[in-house]
Amino acid sequence: MQKNGPVALIFHVLVLTFVLAPLVIICLVAFTPENTLSLPTTGLSLRWFKAVFEHPDFMASFWNSIWLATLSATLAVAFAVPAALAISRYTFPGRDFLNALFLSPLIIPHLVLGVAFLRLFALLGATGSFAWLVATHIIVVTPYVLRLVLAALSGLDRSAEQAARTLGAGEWTAFRRITAPMILPGITGGWLLAFINSFDELTMSIFVTSPATVTLPVRMYMYATESIDPMMAAVSALMIAITAAAMLVLDRAFGLDRILVGQR
Amino acid sequence: MIARSSTLSAPWLLAGPGALFFFGLVLLPLALTVILSFHAYDHSTGIQNAFTVSHYITVVTDGYYLEIFWRTLRIAALTTLICAAIGVPEAYILSRMRDPWRSVFLLVIIGPLLVSVVVRTFGWSMLLGSQGLVNQALQLVGFAPVRILYTETAIVIALVHVMLPFMVIPVWTALQKLDPMVEAAAWTLGASHFTALRRVVMPQVTLGMLSGSLIVFGLSASAFAVPALLGGRRLKMVATLVYDEYLHELNWPLGAAIAIIVLVANLCIMLAYNRMVEARARRTLG
Repeated sequence: MQKNGPVALIFHVLVLTFVLAPLVIICLVAFTPENTLSLPTTGLSLRWFKAVFEHPDFMASFWNSIWLATLSATLAVAFAVPAALAISRYTFPGRDFLNALFLSPLIIPHLVLGVAFLRLFALLGATGSFAWLVATHIIVVTPYVLRLVLAALSGLDRSAEQAARTLGAGEWTAFRRITAPMILPGITGGWLLAFINSFDELTMSIFVTSPATVTLPVRMYMYATESIDPMMAAVSALMIAITAAAMLVLDRAFGLDRILVGQR
Repeated sequence: MIARSSTLSAPWLLAGPGALFFFGLVLLPLALTVILSFHAYDHSTGIQNAFTVSHYITVVTDGYYLEIFWRTLRIAALTTLICAAIGVPEAYILSRMRDPWRSVFLLVIIGPLLVSVVVRTFGWSMLLGSQGLVNQALQLVGFAPVRILYTETAIVIALVHVMLPFMVIPVWTALQKLDPMVEAAAWTLGASHFTALRRVVMPQVTLGMLSGSLIVFGLSASAFAVPALLGGRRLKMVATLVYDEYLHELNWPLGAAIAIIVLVANLCIMLAYNRMVEARARRTLG
């Protein structure tokens, strides 16, 4: 294999700088002792982190987002695993349509989904409830789970399952004791990816949240349009920390490159 | 196999609940939005129960809307070009690194994908502001401060940052399928590095680049957070326009018409692009 030349390495460093610059600046500014968005020059302070934890709106939105992401990722798994079994193991009329329907939220802009949900909820008189917000997030994150579970199923050696069936295990027992443990990495990876995507979602949520169900990204967006003080940097730094932690877990357990890049 | 022994109803029992849910929450709301876009609207009484195509006509004839559509297309195309210009060489450089560097840097490049767009956009608003680091650096080397924030430049810079992983991932995947020995074989057989790159590596990369461009263009054209936070009030893109029509002007039918145009345009571009990619794949890969 040929090594990268000096030009290539300089290019690489520039790209890394570009990718990391906005994240690094947030993490630095978050520690400023000043009242304005500025790099900490005189000393480091945790006052803006303290301000975040004492800000009732931010904390409420944070827990709201955590619950929302947990519920929608879990329910997305409940929909996606049986759907993946049906799609990967049976040939039936409407199979391609089903597959396309389940993956469609990936190609429909979130903006359009948000507008469409808003219309449906307005007609149902259901605007602003948490349960409907969960439903919208399930739609958005199910494709991520489905893709990973489908990939796990397609790479699966079926002989153990067939042996179990031959030895008298029922379909459900064979699934529970043999298949489910074997595709567990796909399911867990899908759940985490779904959780992160729900936790970060802004464009669709902004149309379907009410003052009582504002998610953290929507709260941050509203805050950023109204006032700019270092508290925004502190919240952002916390978000980066949470995401980085989730990334490390994902990477240790499954290899993040495999989850984000490859289907298998 | 279970497939053959079970009845035809088994797959529908498994996928049925999800299918119903998706039917009710994807297809139905979209259909309702299409219907809404044909409703008349009155500023004092709201949505009327009368059929009209006036919203679509307004959007394609009024200069205000045309300018926003044109700006959105321009910004999305520019973002796609720059992403390709940065992402393709970067993926190639990554693929030639050795582990552990290769995995570490791949994580650094695609990891930001998981950080909220609001956070990344906020970071750019600090970097590009009039007192931001970019302007301070410019002044340090003797240039006059420039206004970047609230310009199209700012939007493109932040969009490239947000979209870059979507370009790197498919190109990287395409490069993984390429046996490095093939490139080495080309050199052994007398090809120059440039020829090997052009005849061996590029055909593989092009497929990845095309699918990456498709994703980047589609997502950029409908991006909301970046133009909303870095474009200011005047520099609107399609997504911020729809947001304004819905939540400020309260003209839902017009907003719905714009959203439907975005959806249809998105689907058309994807279909056309897929055709092109498939035709190309057949030509180059036999």
